[in-house]
Amino acid sequence: MAITVKFFARLREEVGRADDVVAFEPGLSVTDVWRSATHGRAMPESLLVAVNMAYARGDVELRDGDEVAFFPPVTGG
Amino acid sequence: MQVQIRAEPFDPHAEMGRYQAGLQSRGAMGAAASFIGMLRDHNEGAAVREMQLEHYPGMTEKHLLDICSAAMSRWPLIDCLVLHRTGRIRIGETIVLVATWAAHRGDAMDACRFIIEDLKLRAPFWKKERLEGSERWVEKNTSGYSL
Repeated sequence: MAITVKFFARLREEVGRADDVVAFEPGLSVTDVWRSATHGRAMPESLLVAVNMAYARGDVELRDGDEVAFFPPVTGG
Repeated sequence: MQVQIRAEPFDPHAEMGRYQAGLQSRGAMGAAASFIGMLRDHNEGAAVREMQLEHYPGMTEKHLLDICSAAMSRWPLIDCLVLHRTGRIRIGETIVLVATWAAHRGDAMDACRFIIEDLKLRAPFWKKERLEGSERWVEKNTSGYSL
């Protein structure tokens, strides 16, 4: 199993892909996944994170099979 | 309670009427409130030609349902409806419809406002505007409440 990673909107364009996969290891956090999927890119201050489609913080510890999404501030409505 | 993401244009007035006609408890209703958001031809000092709107399939629907459930718990609503466009949107087209039904106007109007404000601040949608010869992502939504 692994962590599924998704990028949306401006972030998808900047990172250059919509999806990624990161190998799971115990203790892995959202921040670790960001570093791994973006090759150490700085985390934007305004970055929003969702784990399994619910808003989450960067220090959340992940479980195998989780889906992590990174996206910029939302602009719907 | 209904939440839908629509990839094609829709008539918000017809949709609201259709949904209301299908409600069982019409006799208990004393008030309906709605908010309709549509695409302007200008934003942040630039002429806007059209817009591309994307969402996070799965999370967006889940979040909108959560907002509606929160509104149904907080106010004595009879029902609520949220329709939101995605894809290519032309000037004047409806982007979002929020409609609420209650026995009294205060509950319908307050809940409608609550739903659209939470949607604007937290529901995962992103707008990209096409301007004359360029395009840009909309940076962020501002609070709709006056200071």
